[in-house]
Amino acid sequence: MAFRRSDPAATADAELVASLRAGDETAFVALAGRHQASMLRLASTFVPSTAIAEEVVQDTWVAVLRGIDGFDGRASFKTWLLAILVNRAKSTGISEARSTATGDAGPAVDRSRFDPGGAWASPPRHWIEESEDRLLARGLRTRLESALRRLPSRQRAVVILRDVDGLTSEEVCRVLELSAVNQRVLLHRARGHLRAAVEEFVEA
Amino acid sequence: MRLLPRQAPLACQEVVELVTDYLEGSLPRGERRRLEAHLADCPHCTEYLAQMRATIRLTGRLEPDDLSAEMREDLGEVYRRWRDAR
Repeated sequence: MAFRRSDPAATADAELVASLRAGDETAFVALAGRHQASMLRLASTFVPSTAIAEEVVQDTWVAVLRGIDGFDGRASFKTWLLAILVNRAKSTGISEARSTATGDAGPAVDRSRFDPGGAWASPPRHWIEESEDRLLARGLRTRLESALRRLPSRQRAVVILRDVDGLTSEEVCRVLELSAVNQRVLLHRARGHLRAAVEEFVEA
Repeated sequence: MRLLPRQAPLACQEVVELVTDYLEGSLPRGERRRLEAHLADCPHCTEYLAQMRATIRLTGRLEPDDLSAEMREDLGEVYRRWRDAR
């Protein structure tokens, strides 16, 4: 969506940034804690191991501190931070092989579920009878996490930023240097895979 | 007089490929109308759209992992080095 929602998280970030500039170490560690999960998730779409992802996160904080006086607050802190992270991750040099388009093609729903005219032959069954809380608690959370890990890296990066971290499409394009059309294609594939994973879980 | 030829109704298989563009608000108006006309008549695609929205909500509830003690320590050091060099 084109409009930025008023965002309490962004306000909290801005306050922590002000404190860390003033020399408050606790504020810095708190800021790092708030973004740790997002950063690790995103970093691991570029590099092959958690250990390297953690190094990328750490490098990013070094770069953030070095550049903090140049941060003007026009973009949200999170967008700025994640763009630095993507830069750091790419500069490890192992990312390019993983960011090719392989696996980004293919239909959102398997062709076999439609008849030759393109109508549903095996339509989606009505699921969400059970509350989403209960579904997550009885194993869907783990299932979704693993479906997320299996996505091709570019799809994973886009859907993490959009649907887990709640960035806008414009912010995602900026962080990952994608066109609006590519962002949508990758998001579409990723969400299609995740929906299928939920379907499989609910119907099992 | 009709300026554009009437377009064939969308098939379900086409609808599922348009769902993200629809949710993103990026479908041209004509196409959005065709899609909405299809949804009005097709409970299966309506269900599919509801599932897609549910999936987005569910994905949004994956929880962040906490900062490990080791990471906290390392970052504290990174910070102190920066602060002292300022």
